[in-house]
Amino acid sequence: MTDAQFEIQLIASLVAIACAIPGTFLVLRKMAMISDAISHSILPGIVVGFFITQDLNSPLLILLAAMTGVLTVVLVEKIQKTKLVKEDTAIGLVFPALFSIGVILIAKFANDVHLDIDAVLLGELAFTPFDRVFYGDIDLGPKSLWVIGIILSVTLTLLFLFFKELKLSTFDAGLATSLGFSPVILHYGLMSVASITTVGAFDAVGAILVVALMIAPAASAYLLTTNLKKMIGLACFFGVFSAISGYWVAHWLDASIAGSITTMLGVVFLFVYLFAPSKGLIAVLYREKQQRIEVSLITFLLHLKNHSEKRERHVNHLNEHINWEKVRSKTVLTLALKNNMILITDDIVSLTDKGDEFTSKAIEYILTNEDSLIEDMKDDFFLFRG
Amino acid sequence: MEKIAVKVDDLTVAYNYKPVLWDIDLKIPEGVLMAIVGPNGAGKSTLIKAILGILKPIAGSVTIFDKPYKSQRKHVAYVPQKGSVDWDFPTTALDVVMMGTYGSLGWIKRPGIKEKKRALEALEKVGMLSFKNRQISQLSGGQQQRIFLARALVQDASIYFMDEPFQGVDATTEVAIINILKELRKAGKTVVVVHHDLQTVPEYFDWVTFLNVKKIATGPVKDIFNDDNLTKTYGINYKVSIQK
Repeated sequence: MTDAQFEIQLIASLVAIACAIPGTFLVLRKMAMISDAISHSILPGIVVGFFITQDLNSPLLILLAAMTGVLTVVLVEKIQKTKLVKEDTAIGLVFPALFSIGVILIAKFANDVHLDIDAVLLGELAFTPFDRVFYGDIDLGPKSLWVIGIILSVTLTLLFLFFKELKLSTFDAGLATSLGFSPVILHYGLMSVASITTVGAFDAVGAILVVALMIAPAASAYLLTTNLKKMIGLACFFGVFSAISGYWVAHWLDASIAGSITTMLGVVFLFVYLFAPSKGLIAVLYREKQQRIEVSLITFLLHLKNHSEKRERHVNHLNEHINWEKVRSKTVLTLALKNNMILITDDIVSLTDKGDEFTSKAIEYILTNEDSLIEDMKDDFFLFRG
Repeated sequence: MEKIAVKVDDLTVAYNYKPVLWDIDLKIPEGVLMAIVGPNGAGKSTLIKAILGILKPIAGSVTIFDKPYKSQRKHVAYVPQKGSVDWDFPTTALDVVMMGTYGSLGWIKRPGIKEKKRALEALEKVGMLSFKNRQISQLSGGQQQRIFLARALVQDASIYFMDEPFQGVDATTEVAIINILKELRKAGKTVVVVHHDLQTVPEYFDWVTFLNVKKIATGPVKDIFNDDNLTKTYGINYKVSIQK
């Protein structure tokens, strides 16, 4: 691995972490689309900043562009407050307007400079090692590395200082207000960080893909944990994993790095979406199937409880009486036997004491919906887990 | 004369220039357990939110123990409607209760062992200690409401505002909650509850405010909870059988 390769992966990883942190809060605040809006509408800010500074990595350019990002949020909220259109419509109105101004500005005035639409949309990670910072004769590394490194340090400091406030205002803005933590300040603080990070990441991955770096890692992490700190950590991990593996996929396919990173983000999400232990698709399908079987089990046990006649409790008659196909009856019978809820003697099924108690409790729960009764049954049966 | 815990003067709140609360004057004496009743859209939740500064009134003022709310935050606890938050948020019951301690911590400072201990005590009080590590979406509606109550208890306030704490809870939880509210009153706290079930007003509360955009009446349940005020508030010829 060459120095340049290492630097590209390092930059991509830092960008991924810097995006994953605000991205987690955007996902939890159901504002994922706002990051899409910000990433597009900062374009005119970048262009104007570039006219003034002639340097894509200048701090002034980053601040100007970030302000356009915050402006987008303000405009979306203003339009939304009129109640004439909904939030998604407002987003759809604001960012293409700002983005198109940026496109026209580039086409009209910046044709001959190092700023073209392709680079803006897709970034140029592969070129980042060429633009370097020097102190006298000493090579201090790629400029992009410095830019994203500083942005990430600021983000981490803010996250460390205001984690509690961000969590509270994201979960319950009303309580945050009543306790004296202004959700408005925190909201715009988060939007500013998201905007600045977007500008910083822009150079590396471009306007379209930066959205993926903000949303996909957080969305994957959301399916895996019930702890906010772990969610942020996992999102950062998924971001870095996709950044590095994406780089090598691009290397192997000789394709766009940004495109490969985003593809990896998609692959990671798909994998988590399918296999997450409790929220994943397979787990959900399995749970639904188990719940169906458990409902059948209770129906079956209730039938036994209500009928003392032998005729009603004969194995062969059960099929006809409860009107199930054979496979289902067999699954239910096995489950009941496994849990010692029934006894079968001479093909006559009868409830055990345990089965009798279980049935009463379950029916009581279904009728009264009082949780305390079935708390001990939650571990064994999906049905009682709400 | 008894101390006034909350004083509301000429309060008017409007959404898009349409008043939802009109010229409300209200004095809540210290140590009462008060219900705010009124039909849907009467502005009950709005009144609480305006008192707590969550909504900005277009006119009027609110004082808590004779001072503006901003300087009295530490004396006030708030239980929002259960539906106002996303219960899929990645956090545990204990963590939600800990949020009640954030107000006394202020900005930046993190909750520590002392705060955790207080949160655990509050969880025990509402009978939810064994659920402390449960993810909040895995709790039933009644349990979620108890968590919210515990979060308010942790604030150790003098005045408690609760927005429909009995909504969607089972009978056991309702009894558990009202017992805690009565205990708070016994300890000299003031409790203000947005309430829907008129039948239980005389049994649960000692003070009541009738609200329908304007204030209809406020006072001790035994004096003013009558068919006359109910009819004025709900518009139709309203009658409940009241056991006095």
